[in-house]
Amino acid sequence: MIKRVIIIVFLFLFGCSAPKKEISSKKIIIWHWMTDRQGAFEELANKYKDLTGIEVEFKLFFPPDIYSQKVIAAARAGTLPDIFGVLGEKKMFASFIKAGYILNLAPFIKDWQERFIQQTLQVNTFKKGNIYGVEPGIYGIPIDSMNIQFLYNKRLFKKAGLNPNRPPKDFKEFIKYAKILKEKLRVNGFVCGWGEVWLIYCLVTEFAINIMGKDKFFDTLRGKVPYTDPEWIKVFSLFKEMRDAQILAPNIVTMINKEAEESFALGKAGFSFNGSWCINVYKKLNPDLEYGVFPLPAVSDKKGVKIWGGAGSSFVVNANSKNKTEAIKFLKWLTEPEQQKFLMEKTLNLPAVKIPLEEVSPILKEFLDDTGNLTHPNVWPLQEDSRVVEVINRGVQQIIMGLKTPEQVALEVQKAKERVLLTKRSQ
Amino acid sequence: MPAFLIFSVFYIYPFFYTLFLSFFKGDAISYLEFVGFNNFKEILLYDKAWWRSMYNAGFITFWALTFQNILAFLLALGVDKAVRTQKFYRVVFFLLPILSEIIIGLLMRIFLLSDPGVLNHLLERLHLDFLKRDWLAPQSALLSCALVHCWKGFGWAFVIILAGLQSIPEELYEAARVDGANAFQSFLKITLPLMIPVFTLVVILTILGTMQAFAMILALTRGTGGLTEVPVMRIYNHLRTGQTCYACSEGVVLGLILVIVAFGMLKFSKFARQKYGL
Repeated sequence: MIKRVIIIVFLFLFGCSAPKKEISSKKIIIWHWMTDRQGAFEELANKYKDLTGIEVEFKLFFPPDIYSQKVIAAARAGTLPDIFGVLGEKKMFASFIKAGYILNLAPFIKDWQERFIQQTLQVNTFKKGNIYGVEPGIYGIPIDSMNIQFLYNKRLFKKAGLNPNRPPKDFKEFIKYAKILKEKLRVNGFVCGWGEVWLIYCLVTEFAINIMGKDKFFDTLRGKVPYTDPEWIKVFSLFKEMRDAQILAPNIVTMINKEAEESFALGKAGFSFNGSWCINVYKKLNPDLEYGVFPLPAVSDKKGVKIWGGAGSSFVVNANSKNKTEAIKFLKWLTEPEQQKFLMEKTLNLPAVKIPLEEVSPILKEFLDDTGNLTHPNVWPLQEDSRVVEVINRGVQQIIMGLKTPEQVALEVQKAKERVLLTKRSQ
Repeated sequence: MPAFLIFSVFYIYPFFYTLFLSFFKGDAISYLEFVGFNNFKEILLYDKAWWRSMYNAGFITFWALTFQNILAFLLALGVDKAVRTQKFYRVVFFLLPILSEIIIGLLMRIFLLSDPGVLNHLLERLHLDFLKRDWLAPQSALLSCALVHCWKGFGWAFVIILAGLQSIPEELYEAARVDGANAFQSFLKITLPLMIPVFTLVVILTILGTMQAFAMILALTRGTGGLTEVPVMRIYNHLRTGQTCYACSEGVVLGLILVIVAFGMLKFSKFARQKYGL
């Protein structure tokens, strides 16, 4: 009996021990979630093997939620690969760094950091005195960049008698054009995947920065300006305006971005709000789609327009990997202009490094035109508490559904903010 | 011993680790701060969205308990007598529960959306225009979730109830017939009382299953701005946004509520069985 128990315990312990670490002296393992880039990555890996003799294996895990859970579980189990990416808010990124899973790359990239578009590196940078308590440094290498902008269907514009080369110049004109498209062509004025609430928060913050300016916006996050401030109510009212103008696609608050992309690509909506990754998606859905890009339709011309953007996807190096040096060398090679151009042409994502604009396709160029106006929560000096963000997003969805007024939502958000501040103070 | 080890690793350890984390604040990666019962206080006293999600799950459970289970019982009664086609029906009705919740959710979304409007188109063809509506609009989204959940889930209840019906000895019905009982009296005096343990099991499984429903609703409505959000969807969203400990506390609260309900049902079943002298 005792013998049997010992055998079973032995089998159990060794059978369930951590999987064999995917580390060998001449093989770099990379985990990622980017389905559209797997083919291109594999081609690059083959090229790298021919050049250096080092094997690189890109392992794809999809969907991104599953990928995130896998990375968290692997971190706890100590089985992270040599290179991986951290999805989610900067808070999560910081947690991985503080737990010792991610290598500070600042000392290793001094001679090649100039090649990057500045904003793409910022997302991976922690400055001195950052709110996350992370040691200053650069912890990730961007492999592409992105920004989120408004899109319009040029063919529908032409059909409705609008100038296809002149997108709306402000919010009023955006509403006006969307109404014209809806009335004349019976298409939806505007479509967006607002079932994925981060897209709502993105637009809320962009409007807020445009209406009240960055300083007042950050003061709200600090708790110095209430969400019941008239300018915040104005921000929430913009969603009511869109609802009242009846330009929004039906069920927009339950729509995932993929559905919205399909709707826009198939010409069922005149306008959309989407990230630069959509170029590849639209090309697959409808290669003949003619569309243009324009930044946030401004509400105010006093404070300027900022749009979300920066690094699209970034890779980090496992601080506990035996192949750190090889991993860094590979990332250096991957971000050389030649490889970046290859990735850009294959996957239609914006490059992370500076590439001469004449080598970039016209639609990518349209997205790249606004890289000077980028902002992103990951580069802000502070971020809103996720409990407050949740109330903002739900509130906006309820405004769109006609269940609440902007004033009611502002009050609810402020209450949530006060509750968070109170909890923080009491702790 | 091996069973104990497996049970410890896969059940006891995760349970206690979840319980442990529920007393902390943080993402459980590098940041944990002991906050005692604060998370529970927050959920129970201040988190209105949590209670709204409990209401939503309760609403769907109510429909599952009534509509779904009555439908399953009626179908099981019918199939119980259909000796030749019983196997066929069993397979057909059991197909839905074994399909992926996400697939069902996505298919039903296409079916219910006003564009392309498959259901509305069907209703139009059947001259039932008065029933046409936006099935995923705020006013009807929760009911749509409930009905889809019932449609997908009634196969489970059907199989269990059918097994229960078939375990009732035929002699009891024959004896009742000899004593002059008609079909309705047999149903009332034999079938229903003997089915109480089976009904209890079905009710408990329905409550536990429905209160934890999530994937199908996520695919169908994404929560409709809180109107169709269910507790497990909140837990999932909090895990995604790094609020791991808060999500654990929500899991513990939901678990406790379900344990209380399940024990309540068992007590009720015991009482009912005693009353009928079973």
